[in-house]
Amino acid sequence: MLDTKLKHVEDDAEIKELLESNANVMICCGRMGPMCIPVFGSMQKLEPKYPHVQFRDMDFDIPAADFIRGLPECAYFMGLPFTVYFKKGKVVKATSSIQNEKQITKILDEVFKD
Amino acid sequence: MNNSVYDVIIIGGGPAGLTAAIYTSREMFKVLLLDKEICGGLPAGTDLIENYPGFSEGTNGIELMSKFKKQAQRFGTEIVEFKEVKKVEPVEGKMKVYTEEETYLGLTVIVASGSIPKKLGVPGEEKFKGRGVSYCATCDGPLYKDKDVAVIGCGNSGLQEGEALLKYVKSITFIEFLPFINAERILQERLRKNSKTNFLLNHRLISINGEDNVGSITVEDRQAGEEKEIKVSGVFVYVGFLPNSEFLEGIAELDSLGYIKTDEDMQIKVPGIYAVGDVRSKKVRQIGVACGEATIAAIAVRDYLKTIGA
Ligand SMILES: Cc1cc2nc3c(=O)[nH]c(=O)nc-3n(C[C@H](O)[C@H](O)[C@H](O)COP(=O)(O)OP(=O)(O)OC[C@H]3O[C@@H](n4cnc5c(N)ncnc54)[C@H](O)[C@@H]3O)c2cc1C
Repeated sequence: MLDTKLKHVEDDAEIKELLESNANVMICCGRMGPMCIPVFGSMQKLEPKYPHVQFRDMDFDIPAADFIRGLPECAYFMGLPFTVYFKKGKVVKATSSIQNEKQITKILDEVFKD
Repeated sequence: MNNSVYDVIIIGGGPAGLTAAIYTSREMFKVLLLDKEICGGLPAGTDLIENYPGFSEGTNGIELMSKFKKQAQRFGTEIVEFKEVKKVEPVEGKMKVYTEEETYLGLTVIVASGSIPKKLGVPGEEKFKGRGVSYCATCDGPLYKDKDVAVIGCGNSGLQEGEALLKYVKSITFIEFLPFINAERILQERLRKNSKTNFLLNHRLISINGEDNVGSITVEDRQAGEEKEIKVSGVFVYVGFLPNSEFLEGIAELDSLGYIKTDEDMQIKVPGIYAVGDVRSKKVRQIGVACGEATIAAIAVRDYLKTIGA
């Protein structure tokens, strides 16, 4: 399990429920490593500023992570974490590897502006 | 403003910061440690550490650092993670330590903020970040199963992380700008003997190429002046470090590369501020050295606090 203060997604049913009942969702799928930790940190910091967005992390090594790994938008990804932004259940943006707070903020403002 | 006054504020929770925390909190000082991420520092991204004494078979970096952290907490260090220090300001015998959200007050500060990996600055690096360009073999290695990859830089980090990659990849081409390898001999020997490795010394990386993902790199043989393309699916970058010292600019004296200069007690020119570990100006950057310097600083802090009657 990831050692963060974010809510975790742990199985397929949770993903389904999360995406069906929330319009704006960001899921960061990774491990407790140096490329992922800064992204988890930025998410923890940004979460209170974006109450209309659901922030979740997900362990890259659990079976349910196949959902993120198997997304066509992640097909070319070769760096952890895989971070995916969903609007009404559809992928609107996905990034691979470390992103800083500024880059994440820019994406959140772009994809979840309404 | 956080109204508590700490005896010691430590900036950075890598080996240096956590060692300083263990020593100063064992002296029963009120100690706060701030890290901009999660404690662990550079070793937390290293698969196997073989030269830190006490572990005859080597140890995993994350495990080692979680032991450091537990030991510091056991003696009462207050650890706050995801707090990046932006500025340190000495004011009337106290130190103000600023983060984005809070200001902390301390009687002394130990800076142990380490360094961050340098980027290559070649065409393709940004475009393929996460799509073939990686700065962490331990994190991304498993994604390169049976692939040909390049490791740029043949210092200790490059060779050590290259060795970790060998578990997964089909082959590694090591690219080194200098005509020789500047790394521990045991690593050189093990890697040179491995049939999956190939070394190109005196070569300069010119570009990283591909469509959706990395497909090749272009390198120049510096002696012959010839360029060639090498097919690889991944490029792992280990070309040196930049010190995390910007927040001390104007307060500490920095060397030409930005590392912090100190006296032999690890103190900078401002009494009560110390710098230890990789961020300090010196030749050798290793965990043992970081811990040793932190020990010296912690004892100097104890003596300093006595002189100011704390
Ligand atoms: C790939 C690799 C392999 C290595 N292998 C070995 C090995 O086998 N043996 C060995 O002895 N050494 C090894 N080293 C070197 C060793 O990791 C370093 O010498 C050691 O980590 C230095 O410790 P430090 O505490 O000074 O810095 P770091 O480990 O860099 O820790 C600094 C900490 O400060 C935090 N920080 C930075 N800026 C701020 C800020 N503004 N505010 C708050 N916090 C901040 C960072 O988040 C980090 O946690 C290796 C290094 C690398 C890169």
